[in-house]
Amino acid sequence: MDEEDLSEFGIAPKAIVTTDDFASKTKDRLQEKARQLAAAAAPIPGAMLLDDLITPAKLSVGFELLRKMGWKEGQGVGPRVKRRPRRQKPDPGVKIYGCALPPRGSEGSEDEDDDYLPDNVTFAPKDVTPVDFTPKDNVHGLAYKGLDPHQALFGTPGEHLNFLGGGSEGASNLLGNVGLSKGRKLGISGQAFGVGALEEEDDDIYATETLSKYDTVLKDEEPGDGLYGWTAPRQYRNQKEPERDLRYIGKILDGFSLASKPLSSKKLYPPPQLPRDYRPVHYFRPVVPATSENSHLLQVLSESSGKAGQDPGTYSRHQLNASKRGQLLGETPIQGSATSVLEFLSQKDRERIKEMKQVSDLKAAQAKARSLAQNAASSRLQSSTPDLGHCSQHPTLGSWSAATRASNFKPFAKDPEKQRRYEEFLAHMKEGQKDALERCLDPSMTEWERGREREEFARAAQLYVSSHVTLSSRFTHAKEEDDSDQVEVPRDQENDINDKQSAVKMKMFGKLTRDTFEWHPDKLLCKRFNVPDPYPGSTLVGLPRVKRDKYSVFNFLTLPEPTSLPTKPVSSEKGQQQHGSDKSRKLSRWDTSKLERKEDSISEFLSLARSKVGPPKQESSPLVNKEEERVPESLSDKTVDKGAASQPEGEGSRPSMDLFKAIFASSSDGKSSSSEEEQDDSENDQEGTEEANFQSSQEVAMVESAVTHTAEPVPCEPAAPFPIQKIQIDEREEFGPRLPPVFCPNTRQKLETPQREKHKKNKEKHKMKKEHRRKREKKKKHKKHKHKSKQKNKKPEKSSSESSDSSDSRSDEEETADLSPRELLRRLKCFPLRKQ
Amino acid sequence: MAFPEPRPQAPELPQKLLKTLDCGQGAVRAVRFNVDGNYCLTCGSDKTLKLWNPLRGTLLRTYSGHGYEVLDAASSIDNSSLCSGGGDKTVVLWDVASGQVVRKFRGHAGKVNTVQFNEEATVILSGSIDSSIRCWDCRSRKPEPVQKLEEARDGISSVKVSDHEILVVGTTRSTQLHPPAILFTPGPITCTCFSRDGQCTLVSSLDSTLRLLDKDTGELLGEYTGHKNQQYKLDCCLNERDTHVISCSENGKVFFWDLVEGALVLALPVGSSVVQSLAYHPTEPCLLTAMGGSIQCWREEKEGGAG
Repeated sequence: MDEEDLSEFGIAPKAIVTTDDFASKTKDRLQEKARQLAAAAAPIPGAMLLDDLITPAKLSVGFELLRKMGWKEGQGVGPRVKRRPRRQKPDPGVKIYGCALPPRGSEGSEDEDDDYLPDNVTFAPKDVTPVDFTPKDNVHGLAYKGLDPHQALFGTPGEHLNFLGGGSEGASNLLGNVGLSKGRKLGISGQAFGVGALEEEDDDIYATETLSKYDTVLKDEEPGDGLYGWTAPRQYRNQKEPERDLRYIGKILDGFSLASKPLSSKKLYPPPQLPRDYRPVHYFRPVVPATSENSHLLQVLSESSGKAGQDPGTYSRHQLNASKRGQLLGETPIQGSATSVLEFLSQKDRERIKEMKQVSDLKAAQAKARSLAQNAASSRLQSSTPDLGHCSQHPTLGSWSAATRASNFKPFAKDPEKQRRYEEFLAHMKEGQKDALERCLDPSMTEWERGREREEFARAAQLYVSSHVTLSSRFTHAKEEDDSDQVEVPRDQENDINDKQSAVKMKMFGKLTRDTFEWHPDKLLCKRFNVPDPYPGSTLVGLPRVKRDKYSVFNFLTLPEPTSLPTKPVSSEKGQQQHGSDKSRKLSRWDTSKLERKEDSISEFLSLARSKVGPPKQESSPLVNKEEERVPESLSDKTVDKGAASQPEGEGSRPSMDLFKAIFASSSDGKSSSSEEEQDDSENDQEGTEEANFQSSQEVAMVESAVTHTAEPVPCEPAAPFPIQKIQIDEREEFGPRLPPVFCPNTRQKLETPQREKHKKNKEKHKMKKEHRRKREKKKKHKKHKHKSKQKNKKPEKSSSESSDSSDSRSDEEETADLSPRELLRRLKCFPLRKQ
Repeated sequence: MAFPEPRPQAPELPQKLLKTLDCGQGAVRAVRFNVDGNYCLTCGSDKTLKLWNPLRGTLLRTYSGHGYEVLDAASSIDNSSLCSGGGDKTVVLWDVASGQVVRKFRGHAGKVNTVQFNEEATVILSGSIDSSIRCWDCRSRKPEPVQKLEEARDGISSVKVSDHEILVVGTTRSTQLHPPAILFTPGPITCTCFSRDGQCTLVSSLDSTLRLLDKDTGELLGEYTGHKNQQYKLDCCLNERDTHVISCSENGKVFFWDLVEGALVLALPVGSSVVQSLAYHPTEPCLLTAMGGSIQCWREEKEGGAG
């Protein structure tokens, strides 16, 4: 005996169940019916099956009581009636979809066939199907019904799946024709699901879906009007064409019926025919008192009514632009927006224009007077008066705007002759000739043509003016010129650096040396710093900026306005002053190197640009070489200038404006004037520091050069002595103070000891080189004297001033000079690579 | 037993060499204490960043991930993260414990000379020779900086941050302060620092001069000369009680000046080559110097025996 045997249906059931003897056999028909109804309406058919399975074991007490009182199932409750019971309509096999059936009044229709009615026979009242009042708890429309699950699931398999509306059966299924599912049980069926065990009809489960079942083309099986797709109901389909759209309204809801007489359609009236000369904008005519004097004017006005605006003062508001309206309202004109080109004109031009305008006004007045007189005399002569009207109606026409207007606005471009006449007209207008129109018109034209053209011209001119005005009033002019070669630079500029420098020299730190800027931090930054936003409203970040000329180097150089230092003597004087005032500070070698470095970066940039631009490769390379090698023979003006300019700065400050001017503006040859003695003075007292400084810098250079260049000391010699040169080459070190020397990264494991040896070695070399250098410098000086160039100023601090050894300098120099600049450049260029 | 209050003594200067650590990472570009001064960071030219206990001389962790030499580093207030910047133009945020790179901020166009956390370590400020300072947000995952300060016209050599101010010095002659002011100082500036009261800035420039400037007025409060700083980017600092000004020198010494008098108090010989970097303990008279490939730890005389 296992568990199965002990279960309900086993051979020895242990569970206590109601046996058949005691179970109520009688089914509650009514309930069943209701349930079936509900099941049919449920989205998942068969969901109610579960309820069927779980039947109450007992009938309710009410049932029992009723039964005891003589009630039988299938009967209604109540006193017996004489009438013969109606046949129960809803037979259980029929499922009803959709809304609950309307309750049938018990005495509803008596018109059935009454056969034989014995008097003594009473019948039980007919049973009443309880009405299922289900509240509407969804948001669907009235009588909405989702896709019929029966249709979806029990679609007859052999049927042509006509989604395009062909199969009338398929469509009619949707109507909820219950009979279709004749006897089939609820459940899933169809080919895709195989045949259930309870399935009666054995579908062809092996049927293959063929494409022929589907429509491949959009045939015109459709109803034609396309109002309803494949779900079109049968009535609709059966109807004749014209009836269709009127008669079919859909599934008629409960309580509604189709209207017997159709609504009368609204009568549509066509819009009235516009007269040919209709203009949508209404012009008020000026009120002209009807006197004999201006009778002709009146006539003209009435004639040309609506053809053009009459008087500027009486323009309708659509013709006024914003500023005019503002004027009418008494607003103050907006200052910021320059609304006309007029404001960009110079004072002189403006005056001229005014003059011209006055003249034209005068002429207009004259012409008016004259024409009036004429018109009074001959009322037939109408040709000039419209002209008058036109001229007076745009008084500004003759003024400045004509010029700009005529230039690019070609309303009659199609007809060159006409365009020519138009331009002529404009030109005349510009000159203030009021009979301009008359003159430029083609004399061979007929009167009508003339009149027409006159009108056209006037309107074109006016059109352009007004559009110009309205446009300009609508758009404000940019505050700054929107040139592409402008760039934003900080609004707050630093104070004059020269001032600062002098202040610093005098040790007057304070207000002079402190500039305050408005700086807007980012909001997030404020948040992160836990600081309230100092400018809460501003969307600006950083410094307020303004536009400046873009391609000016001076923007980026923190340079004040050019103070135009006369190149040589003044600056050297200044240098002297500096030395005098600041006795404790000597000109350090570093400062010059710093200077040079800056220049070199610029010159490098320059040469780069040049080489990119094209040919003068030679020019750039000697330049660089000159800078780096100080080959005195090939000094160019630029280097000279640079050297000259760098002199006055002292203290590692920026070179003067002149330098940059000299570089970027034009290569004017600076004249040299020397101040050797001063330099020597400064150099002398500088020598001590110079010495040590040099020593260390040499170390640096040599550590590096010795590591890599021991093989070929001669070529690297010119490069080695100056750490600056190395810096120039090594782009990483181009800016800023250098980092302390790295002892060779490759041999870093060996650390100190080998390093020191190297140092010693290097020092020896240094001495030699120092000698060379000095000699060379000396030599250079001589040369400079010879050449009367400014070269000596280039690195005056460099040229250490002990004037003892100038004897053997020539050989050294020759040696370097022998190398072609190009070669030197090449070596220099590969220098940093080797270092790394 | 209650002793009378000891007379306020002149602060001891760290003169006694406590330890020399060979960092083994090439040249030590910078040495930095962490916030509480228990550890130090060394930035090596071999692309590594090392965390040390300088007093014991133990190497705690090596952080590698930079693509070029590391030029500056800083530690966050909670010691949980480090930031560093280097010649590879990146700013790296490190996790201290795991040694992993948390984030790499790219965007600088040149080598990053200096990095600083803000007070809460939510922002990293990095200054580069591309003359911009960029504020990187450590909290969001944005790859762009929160803000770029591009007002400088020359490479940035040093940036310091107080609770609400950013002190920037570049190789131009000016010291910038955000919120904003520019203090003009002669000579390219290599290093700057705030005084502890936040009212003064110490600025070292390449004319071998240190200047103490009033932050708000720009007045010159003191000038300190005697050392040699003409071509290298060397550090300067104030001691823990703001009594002395300390600077590296190119002649192998560390110079101490009295802050008020401006007199040279001590020239501490460190070695023969350039003292590249130094860091002063935030609370104790303890100094770290970096020369060549090693760092030295200096204490005051009294502590000397501790070894």
